[in-house]
Amino acid sequence: MVEVQSISKSYGLKAVVDNVSVNIQKSKITSFIGPNGAGKSTLLSIISRLMSADTGEVLIDGQKIKETKNRDLAKKIAILKQSNHLSLRLSVRDLVSFGRFPYSQGKLTKEDQVYIDEAIRYMELEDLQDRYLDQLSGGQKQRAFIAMTIAQDTEYILLDEPLNNLDMKHSVQIMKVLRKLADDLGKTILIVIHDINFASVYSDYIVALKDGKIEAQGTVNEIITSLTLKQVYGMDMSIQEINNQKICVYFS
Amino acid sequence: MKKRYLVLLLIALSFASLFVGVTDISPLDLFRFDDHQTQIFWQSRIPRLISILIAGVTLSISGFIMQQLSRNKFVSPTTAGTMDSARFGILIALIVFTSASPLEKMIVAFVFSLAGTFLFMNILDRIKMKDPIFIPLVGLMFGNIISSITTFFAYKHDLIQNMSAWLQGDFSMITAGRYEMLYISIPLVVVAYIFADRFTIAGLGEDFAKNLGLNYKQAVNVGLIIVALSTTLVVLTVGLIPFLGLVVPNIVSIYRGDNLKNSLSDTALLGAVFILFCDILGRIIIFPYEIPIGLTVGVIGSGIFIYLLMRRRDYA
Repeated sequence: MVEVQSISKSYGLKAVVDNVSVNIQKSKITSFIGPNGAGKSTLLSIISRLMSADTGEVLIDGQKIKETKNRDLAKKIAILKQSNHLSLRLSVRDLVSFGRFPYSQGKLTKEDQVYIDEAIRYMELEDLQDRYLDQLSGGQKQRAFIAMTIAQDTEYILLDEPLNNLDMKHSVQIMKVLRKLADDLGKTILIVIHDINFASVYSDYIVALKDGKIEAQGTVNEIITSLTLKQVYGMDMSIQEINNQKICVYFS
Repeated sequence: MKKRYLVLLLIALSFASLFVGVTDISPLDLFRFDDHQTQIFWQSRIPRLISILIAGVTLSISGFIMQQLSRNKFVSPTTAGTMDSARFGILIALIVFTSASPLEKMIVAFVFSLAGTFLFMNILDRIKMKDPIFIPLVGLMFGNIISSITTFFAYKHDLIQNMSAWLQGDFSMITAGRYEMLYISIPLVVVAYIFADRFTIAGLGEDFAKNLGLNYKQAVNVGLIIVALSTTLVVLTVGLIPFLGLVVPNIVSIYRGDNLKNSLSDTALLGAVFILFCDILGRIIIFPYEIPIGLTVGVIGSGIFIYLLMRRRDYA
């Protein structure tokens, strides 16, 4: 379990994350939603130790991340930031094999190769594995990065806006993979996501942030209501039930 | 398979290099050298070949490392002020310790080139505009500023003549006893190989590196130390060799990609072949005189550099 205990972080005088506490359930998908500037990405960066909080603690399986070695954390938690534009010419397989770095420190063993092969197969990248990343489309690139996190074999996978710049088909594909990772492999997945309908359909829990504070948290059914979403986004939307899925209609 | 051709080419050129020169030495003479030939062969030809190979290998690898760490294809010891800083360091050594020993010169020049490179990387961090062509221009300007400071002090202390020896790379001055310092860079190549994965991961960004449990700062520091030290050694023994660390890694990157571990041996080989070719060319073009290597590499290298820039634009 990930326990976030009263985390605060400010830039100058502005508190970006303000006394946030939340518990993340194992083997579930938890989505962080909220308007721009709500502090979602910052919170994710703090949970993944890429940023340090001003106050508060993050515990992973009862261990404070501040007191855990970076190398050991890399075997427990993986984070994928908003697809950083990549200028290096790397093959897909090379990228995926970097996922084994926390274990191999650069010297790949046979066991590492098995993990790499599995991750590539899981993301259906066999045909593309020798291609360079700069020759791939946005969706293929995103799949390659997720394959790397799978090879990293961590219990917790954090993704910062994984659907950014993807079309619907690829977005659905990515979300289905994440669902499979949680359901079949028991991974705990945290995502920052803008499209509330993707959050509604594919996640188990939703944490809604606003102005650095938690506005609401709970299961999809608890959060995807007109009232709560009005509080979070400050706009009216009607919630329709289609095929047992809650769909927000926010076009006014 | 491409590597096999490179190795063959390297052997052929190395062989040719040993038998090109004013003193007539042909392969047939190998087993019946007279005293003069023996002396030339061991005192000049062999040291020259070895120093060419080491300089070509280390400068190319340094360029590759710099391009990964700065995440810019056009950053190299020439375009980041590393070489100019090293030369400034040599000048300071000459002024402060009037008769500086090679070791003293090396240490002072190393400290300066390391400081210069760090300064450039710091400037890089602060620049918001990460345009691939803008960054090396900043580096060139930075290098020119340091270079003018060097000229200023050299002028004041009557060392202009002395400094110009380090301005233009030249292998013709290499004789036994004057190049051995270059051997220090061989272990650096080994370290570069061990750290290859780390440099590539660091090149993917600090967050990316941290996610994989890599000590980012350490990787960057090791990389910059390798770059600064090997550049210093080349500048001290041979002089400035521009564009080598820029052109070779870029060519290798096109056909081998940017995973340093895969590209390292190709970079080393191509670097050695390229500089050896330029050196032989410089030796035969106006035979029996010589064109210094700095000039040949500069002309050919800048030509390729322009081509790479144009190609880059086609991409974007």
